[in-house]
Amino acid sequence: MERLADYIVYNLPFLQQIPRVIVDLIIMLFFATCMLLFWVALFAGITSWVERRVAGRIQSRIGPNRVGPQGFLQWIADGLKCFLKEDFVPAAADKKLFLLAPYIVFAGMFAVFVVVPFGDGLIISNLNIGIFYVLAISSLVVVGILMSGWSSNNKWSLLGGMRSAAQIVSYEIPVSLAILPVILLTGSLGMQDIIRAQGPYPWQWFAFHNPFTFIAFFIFFIGALAEGNRTPFDIPEAESELVAGYNTEYSGMRFVFFFFAEWANLYIIAALTVTLFLGGWNTPAHLYTNLFGLLHRSVDVAGTFVFILKSLFLVFVIIWIRWTLPRLRVDQMMDVCWKYFVPFSFANIVGTIIWMVLADAAPVLGYVRYILFVVGLMVPLAIAMKITRNFRLAKSEIHLNPFI
Amino acid sequence: MTEFITEEMTLNMGPQHPSTHGVLRFQLTSDGEVIHSVKPDVGYLHRSIEKIAEKVTYHGFMPYTDRVDYVAAMNSNFAWALTVEKLGGYQVPERAEYLRVIAAELNRISSHLIMLGVMAMDIGAVTPFPYFLRERETINDLLEELCGARLTYNYIRIGGVSSDLPDGFRDRALRFLDHFEPIIDEFNRLITYNEIFVNRLANIVIIPREQAIAWALVGPNLRASGVKWDLRKDEPYSIYPQVEFDIPVGKGEVGTVGDCFDRFIVRVDEMRESSKIIRQCLDKMPEGEIQSKLPRQLKPPKGEVYVRSESARGEMGYYLVSNGGLNPERVKIRTGSFSAMAIMEEVSKGIMIADMVALISSLDVIAPEIDR
Repeated sequence: MERLADYIVYNLPFLQQIPRVIVDLIIMLFFATCMLLFWVALFAGITSWVERRVAGRIQSRIGPNRVGPQGFLQWIADGLKCFLKEDFVPAAADKKLFLLAPYIVFAGMFAVFVVVPFGDGLIISNLNIGIFYVLAISSLVVVGILMSGWSSNNKWSLLGGMRSAAQIVSYEIPVSLAILPVILLTGSLGMQDIIRAQGPYPWQWFAFHNPFTFIAFFIFFIGALAEGNRTPFDIPEAESELVAGYNTEYSGMRFVFFFFAEWANLYIIAALTVTLFLGGWNTPAHLYTNLFGLLHRSVDVAGTFVFILKSLFLVFVIIWIRWTLPRLRVDQMMDVCWKYFVPFSFANIVGTIIWMVLADAAPVLGYVRYILFVVGLMVPLAIAMKITRNFRLAKSEIHLNPFI
Repeated sequence: MTEFITEEMTLNMGPQHPSTHGVLRFQLTSDGEVIHSVKPDVGYLHRSIEKIAEKVTYHGFMPYTDRVDYVAAMNSNFAWALTVEKLGGYQVPERAEYLRVIAAELNRISSHLIMLGVMAMDIGAVTPFPYFLRERETINDLLEELCGARLTYNYIRIGGVSSDLPDGFRDRALRFLDHFEPIIDEFNRLITYNEIFVNRLANIVIIPREQAIAWALVGPNLRASGVKWDLRKDEPYSIYPQVEFDIPVGKGEVGTVGDCFDRFIVRVDEMRESSKIIRQCLDKMPEGEIQSKLPRQLKPPKGEVYVRSESARGEMGYYLVSNGGLNPERVKIRTGSFSAMAIMEEVSKGIMIADMVALISSLDVIAPEIDR
């Protein structure tokens, strides 16, 4: 980012007469707007369409198919509709907090994009505290949710807000602890450093590095689902229990902001998982691109492509999970967190430290990653077999074509 | 230091709430998530159907019985027809009896399908719901062929039924049953034995045998508590003695007998039994009349009668007093949902809000049936 600013100022001499702080600010605002319009908004909108289509196919119905080809423009129609709606504030609500809350939720989510990498060199700011920054700034979301629940002056909203606060605060612990083994192995908090410490091939990823990171991967992914209020942890917005949870009283654009944050959050969960455990943008093709010499190393097209592809696959998995599983109860969710995830993540850290010492002494342990890769391969294989079995046993018609 | 004051929160669940299945209201007193007391508040859907009965003829009341329980309207029709027939001593042709049972059992399946789908949705699994409703669509199509309506049938008449089977109905019904019976196993794979689903329902709000009897629970709710009581077997009416079927009871498969899971699985098993009954009826059905000759204006003799039958939500009884005139003197309807509402206050102490939702849907209460 600084390099980019330097470059712009160098090439446009008239900018040199303006104080540098202001130039930086304008450039930052410009890129933030670009990010918002061309990636986050686009992604959140399109994901909302994808999610509804996928849900439709999973539930043996069609899903939105009226606006545009295959209903692809549905999200624009929905957004426009919400723009035109009345921005309603309940009479007894705490008006200031009520109006502010959606923006805080949104800001907490959007600020994370500062350190989400897209490729080698493609990152807004490669902070040296990268992952730590993510944990810190994403906690802002819970403040917003709590504010919206409290200020709505609706008991169901309040319950939703409380549930959400309890859930996110609890799950932050195992999620943070599950990140620690990766940081131990990398020796850095920077996102790009973590990715560089891994390799392009699956057995070089941190998910398969050793048995402890393998467990940490699952803890992180499930914990991140809980932090993002996704099924089976969608307890704060359990529509059959709490009407709509903390966003019950919201309408129009403010309501959209909550869902905007939720869908963009999907990408954050996926991108962080890919960064930390699934090799990030590392790709063998990465080398080829540089060989051609056509593209500079900082514009790593293949790497970006691989990174986004992996992330989108995880987004699909999250959507798939959402439309498959029922919801846990509050106490069961807390049980999962405190009885299983927290102790396991602590054990993981200790285990990783011991592993690192042992691996220095006995390099043969490096081969464990191949075994773990095979074990990891078994999980999708088992799921695939279960699906095939269900297809075979199914008596009803099965339509595999996603476009009707 | 100021004293930290805590107080219980009074929550208003309903009349408009996604999981109260209609216009129903509960006044919850809760300490955070834990419910201390539940006060059911009924009457939002009162349409004075019992009073209307005093103003219309015996035949004319039949469409109103559809509205008593619109999810299982056929069973409601059936109960009213049985009541008037018993009071007046009217005969029903045998073919009509078979048609009634076929229609009633098809309707029982569709009613259970709704309950199971909605319950899965209340637990948070949205996906099973369309699958359950898809099967119900076929039943609706079949019943539409039979009587022209998809929800409020007005099919069963006093002394018979309104129309005979259309051409090819038998084949289509059998084709549906062939398709449907394996689908039940598919449902079980889809949702019933899901780990989270079982954890949410097992050992939740256990209604033991004695309590279920003491609070006059009926139908599947009673059977889930382990009481083998089904009016189709224990107080047989129509042609139920001539068909073979089992009565599924709660076995406490994953928890304790009488928990929410038992109330779910009992209905799944009942669909199989209903399907068995329909098959037998389609095979055994004799040719003949479908409506006995009755006067246009019924005037049952002076007297009173209480007739009960097994509806999808359990015992549905009509208490009928006749003064020998064209209109009933008094009609009182006894429905399963109402007694299920009564037990709510007793069993829901100390459960969580999420369990409350599971309890409401597991008791399968239908708002119009509570209030009439």
